[in-house]
Amino acid sequence: MSEIADKVKKIVVEHLGVEESKVTPEASFIDDLGADSLDTVELVMAFEEAFNVEIPEDAAEKITTVKDAIDYIEAQKAA
Amino acid sequence: MFNLTNKVALVTGATGGIGQAIARQLHAQGATVVLSGTREAVLAERAAELGGERVHVVAADLSDPAAADQLVARAEEVAGAPLDILVNNAGLTRDTLAIRMKDEDWSKVIEVDLASPFRLCRAALKGMLRRRAGRIISIASVVGTTGNAGQANYAAAKAGMVGMTKSLAQEAGSRGVTLNVVAPGFIATAMTDVLPEAQKEKLVGSIPLARMGTPDDVASAVVYLASDEAAWVTGATLHVNGGMAMI
Repeated sequence: MSEIADKVKKIVVEHLGVEESKVTPEASFIDDLGADSLDTVELVMAFEEAFNVEIPEDAAEKITTVKDAIDYIEAQKAA
Repeated sequence: MFNLTNKVALVTGATGGIGQAIARQLHAQGATVVLSGTREAVLAERAAELGGERVHVVAADLSDPAAADQLVARAEEVAGAPLDILVNNAGLTRDTLAIRMKDEDWSKVIEVDLASPFRLCRAALKGMLRRRAGRIISIASVVGTTGNAGQANYAAAKAGMVGMTKSLAQEAGSRGVTLNVVAPGFIATAMTDVLPEAQKEKLVGSIPLARMGTPDDVASAVVYLASDEAAWVTGATLHVNGGMAMI
């Protein structure tokens, strides 16, 4: 697993207070990890801060799973 | 009741009569208070009046967006603890009839009385949502509901504050963070002391409780909304106007 994926996972575990084993790439923040809409906004802001990237509103809306977040941040970092 | 021991409160506009009373009452209930305003020397005097313990001072000009953005972090730094209570009390007026009102009179009032409270709420909420606790009380005015000739800008800002508070209360509710408004009517301050006697009598004549309000009347409402006892009150506007407008 990439460094970015590790860090994303850690942020999700910390923020949502869920077990690490549940934070699979396919896990949906809302459907599988019990997040509400405010949690997803806070998560996006935590990603922005941790990775020093900006995630615009339209992109943030499409980040619904752990994998979505990892892919988006990896693409930003590669660009 | 209304015990605020170990709570940190930031009061903006703490140099004014109402702000001073709010700070004094929060402090009397045990809170650590951070006084903010533009005049540093007056802030220091106010801090001294509170005895110097559990009181801090941060000067800030809220017409500067960056200053508003940073104020919460600066307050937490001087207090050495996260913010529990934010009181948006700072405000100014640029009264004149609309046909004479300049764009600058409009935008200055909207900036200081509406945009800066928003910036302070935004900054405070980030931490409060994470900590699952917090109280935000914004001081509006009866004219935000009734309107007032000569105050189109001020009334718009204060009405805006109510709509903003209701929206933020919905966003923050699931985290136990409450946001409410206190809307004072005619309060006796240095500003109203200079009114002619006849005009004051007329004003008082329109108030069922037959007197001007005091800064402490407003501050007591703030203490209630800041307390644990008000845990189930959010998005509300508490009118403190002696019955002048029953709304």
